[in-house]
Amino acid sequence: MASPMIEARDLHKRFAAVEVLRGVSLDVERGEVVAVIGPSGSGKSTFLRCLNHLETIDRGRIDIEGETLVATDADGVCRYSSDATSRRICRRMGMVFQHFNLFPHLTVLQNVIEAPITVKGLRRDEIVPQAEDLLRKVGLLDKRESYPSRLSGGQKQRVAIARALAMEPDIMLFDEPTSALDPELTGEVLRTIRELAEEHMTMLVVTHEMAFAREVASRVVFMDGGEIVEARPARDLFASPAHPRTRAFLDHML
Amino acid sequence: MSYLLEILGPLLEGTAVTLQVFLISFVLAVPLGLLLALARISRCTALGGLVNGYLWLMRGTPLMLQMLFIYFALPFVPVIGVRLPDFPAAIVAFVLNYAAYFAEIFRAGIQSIDRGQYEGARVLGLTYVQTMRRIVLPQVLKRILPPMSNETITLVKDTSLIYVLAMNDLLRAARGIVQRDFTTMPFVVAAAFYLLMTLVLTVGFQRLERKLAVYDG
Ligand SMILES: Nc1ncnc2c1ncn2[C@@H]1O[C@H](COP(=O)(O)OP(=O)(O)OP(=O)(O)O)[C@@H](O)[C@H]1O
Ligand SMILES: [Mg+2]
Repeated sequence: MASPMIEARDLHKRFAAVEVLRGVSLDVERGEVVAVIGPSGSGKSTFLRCLNHLETIDRGRIDIEGETLVATDADGVCRYSSDATSRRICRRMGMVFQHFNLFPHLTVLQNVIEAPITVKGLRRDEIVPQAEDLLRKVGLLDKRESYPSRLSGGQKQRVAIARALAMEPDIMLFDEPTSALDPELTGEVLRTIRELAEEHMTMLVVTHEMAFAREVASRVVFMDGGEIVEARPARDLFASPAHPRTRAFLDHML
Repeated sequence: MSYLLEILGPLLEGTAVTLQVFLISFVLAVPLGLLLALARISRCTALGGLVNGYLWLMRGTPLMLQMLFIYFALPFVPVIGVRLPDFPAAIVAFVLNYAAYFAEIFRAGIQSIDRGQYEGARVLGLTYVQTMRRIVLPQVLKRILPPMSNETITLVKDTSLIYVLAMNDLLRAARGIVQRDFTTMPFVVAAAFYLLMTLVLTVGFQRLERKLAVYDG
């Protein structure tokens, strides 16, 4: 059997005195859409950020498509693969942030083609048609020459998605992609993510949108206090949460 | 009128010296300032501390003293002691001094860039150097233009300090004529020349600022 796209084993992470991840394990298979839900401060973002090395773990092991990003040996020493290797592994994961993090000095098109040109060494004329396809897909081709500051939040987030897709990742990580948006703008972003799901993109989505999680995710992970409390098919988890903490959280959210 | 033409020759020669000192110092001090800024904010605290000490030294003593030291005292310093002719000595002093001021401007600019920019670049696979060159520094440039403009104009005027090394810059040339001919006319001309040079710089910086105004942030 092929190795999982993401294999996280017993991740531990602390910020000073606070233990933010307390033994988190999760496998994500190819084509799966996994939603991560949970109360504020439960470690959802930190978990996601550890997967692509924006944060370092203190203990545990992460394999991406069968390649080891970080592992902990018998003496408890946590070792990351070399800089070049870790960069190559993490490049297979695209990431979309709550606050977009678009490059304000670049136009929409330039935002999308920057990494393919700088990182992959593609020529402009090779990547521009592809970038235009992506912008058409997220419905923003007519904004290609605009600067990010001229876009609405929903448009910014769709550019951010196109920018991540331009690197042709195998996995997409979303950290609350709609939390910074006005309610009437979340729909367009969620629609874009849903379309990616229909194309069987492997995705890990931290979200507060319960309806979206229920509808799009194949599995839902509930995190609380730095632990995964339960991880089950979306329908099951919402219909019959096994754990009282999950139930309390869902009652509060719905 | 003919008197004006007569003194124009030496004053233009002085202007040439002033411009040379300014241009060479500027072109060398900017990259050195950037390197100092990067070293200062680097994760290596020993390096950062070293740079901090350097900035304190350069900003805490008069530029004229530094210039005199490099010209007169450096030859007697063990190991690194070299005797520099006046022109290189002046350049070294300006570069070392102005790099310190530029470094602080760069540092403030770099630190004003949101952490999300680094993360956005990093998850796309950009290296630190690529992130700096393609993402961070272009945005820093826009933010530091006003203080850079200030500092650059100050550098033009500070070049007049090289008279202490008996170099014939614009101001010293003017003063020479004033003392010889008992007229203040050369001072007026010199002032006009300084104003012209700083005007060119001001306009240049304004143009750049306007060009970068196409985007917000
Ligand atoms: N860089 C950091 N330094 C110190 N503490 C941090 C840092 N990042 C996160 N934390 C702390 O770690 C805990 C988990 O944070 P995290 O952002 O992962 O939670 P979250 O589940 O994403 O919450 P939210 O729903 O509010 O985004 C919080 O208590 C937070 O204060
Ligand atoms: Mg979060």
